[in-house]
Amino acid sequence: MDTYYHPQDLGKFSDMGKANPELWEKFMAYYGAVFAEGALTAREKALIALGVSHAVQCPYCIDAYTQASLEQGSNIEEMTEAVHVACAIRGGASLVHGVQMRNVAGKLSM
Amino acid sequence: MVVRTLAFRGAALASSRTQLDTLARPAGWPTFDDRMAAAGLGPLHATGIDVFQINVGKFCNQTCRHCHVDAGPDRKEQMSRETAEHCMRAFAQTDIPTLDITGGAPELNENFRWLVTEARALGRHVMDRCNLSILLLKPQQGLAEFLAEHRVEVVASLPYFRPTQADAQRGEGIFDKSVEALQKLNALGYGREGSGLVLNLVHNPVGAFLPPAQKSIEAQYRRELARQFDITFNNLYTITNMPISRFLEFLLDSGNFEGYMERIANAFNPAAAQAVMCRNTISVGWEGTLYDCDFNQMLELPVSTGPAPHVRDFDAAALARRRIVTANHCYGCTAGAGSSCGGAVA
Repeated sequence: MDTYYHPQDLGKFSDMGKANPELWEKFMAYYGAVFAEGALTAREKALIALGVSHAVQCPYCIDAYTQASLEQGSNIEEMTEAVHVACAIRGGASLVHGVQMRNVAGKLSM
Repeated sequence: MVVRTLAFRGAALASSRTQLDTLARPAGWPTFDDRMAAAGLGPLHATGIDVFQINVGKFCNQTCRHCHVDAGPDRKEQMSRETAEHCMRAFAQTDIPTLDITGGAPELNENFRWLVTEARALGRHVMDRCNLSILLLKPQQGLAEFLAEHRVEVVASLPYFRPTQADAQRGEGIFDKSVEALQKLNALGYGREGSGLVLNLVHNPVGAFLPPAQKSIEAQYRRELARQFDITFNNLYTITNMPISRFLEFLLDSGNFEGYMERIANAFNPAAAQAVMCRNTISVGWEGTLYDCDFNQMLELPVSTGPAPHVRDFDAAALARRRIVTANHCYGCTAGAGSSCGGAVA
């Protein structure tokens, strides 16, 4: 194995149902329901998924939701903004923990 | 990026045989005919003829990157007056309700206005597949007014509501020209409520992916074109890019061929396959040969009714029940919600 990630492995996702079909089917039914048109449009959900894909840094998800976003009619400008939202939340999450740093430093320092 | 036609460059893919050979090499997906047979749908037969589509030639003022016709300014293939007269003679002997004129830029054919006038005199509906920028050309002055006067339905290509994407597919500056042409059509009443002048837009993906749900992208177009340019229209049609000609070249050059074929094969939809447009359309080439659709025309796959089916020998009854000629490119019309000259079918 020269790398842990192979693009063709995305197509093998359903193999995860082989050792436990029941849990797989429950997950997929839930997954399908989540992405169906609802209070949010399928296009909006694909953009959220694209942003989250970058936050969790899943190459399979980035591949899948880049294509899904394009196929839902989103453009590269919208998709780039979705990635920036993920980036801002990740960066903000680090930065806000600085308050903890300040709390600890404040307690330890004279 | 300046695009030249495959024919101009002498590219191997200018040959329909090369295109068919490329498409005949399935890797990981079944052939279209096998897929249809497995779904209990093959072979396909016509259900009648509701649309008489004429492709008047390959001459065009644009050279779009996805063009399935390989049309462009260097193409000289043009329907002659004699063949146009054969077309109208055949059309007149039927009660087919719609004449659909395409190209190239069909308006550049010197017989375009004659075809429109003749068909309208017969009381038939006429559609013009318009690239929009043609309406701004000086030699075409009065064209938009002519279309309005003859109540021609305009089916206009606009792949996206932003310039970056539209120009990437259709050429630098085409989006701005399209906007100007749409405003001109709106000013004549096209796409405005109560005018009866129908303006439909066509969206097709700017890349190797399927189009969005038609209603969803139509709502985006309606909102954005109204907000930015005060443009209104009647309907938006989504059309899947067919893996032939210049789009096939793009797929091969960009390393997307296998992935795209797999995508459209995996998205095969039996409901779309039953509703494909070839079942109720007849397509006439610039030299008069009869085809099941404009895509088969470009692949030089004539209808199955005889060795050299020509519009001068038009047999409406035989054509209305003909077997449709299919090959792997047909996956383009059966993927997802399906695709036709009138948009999604399922």
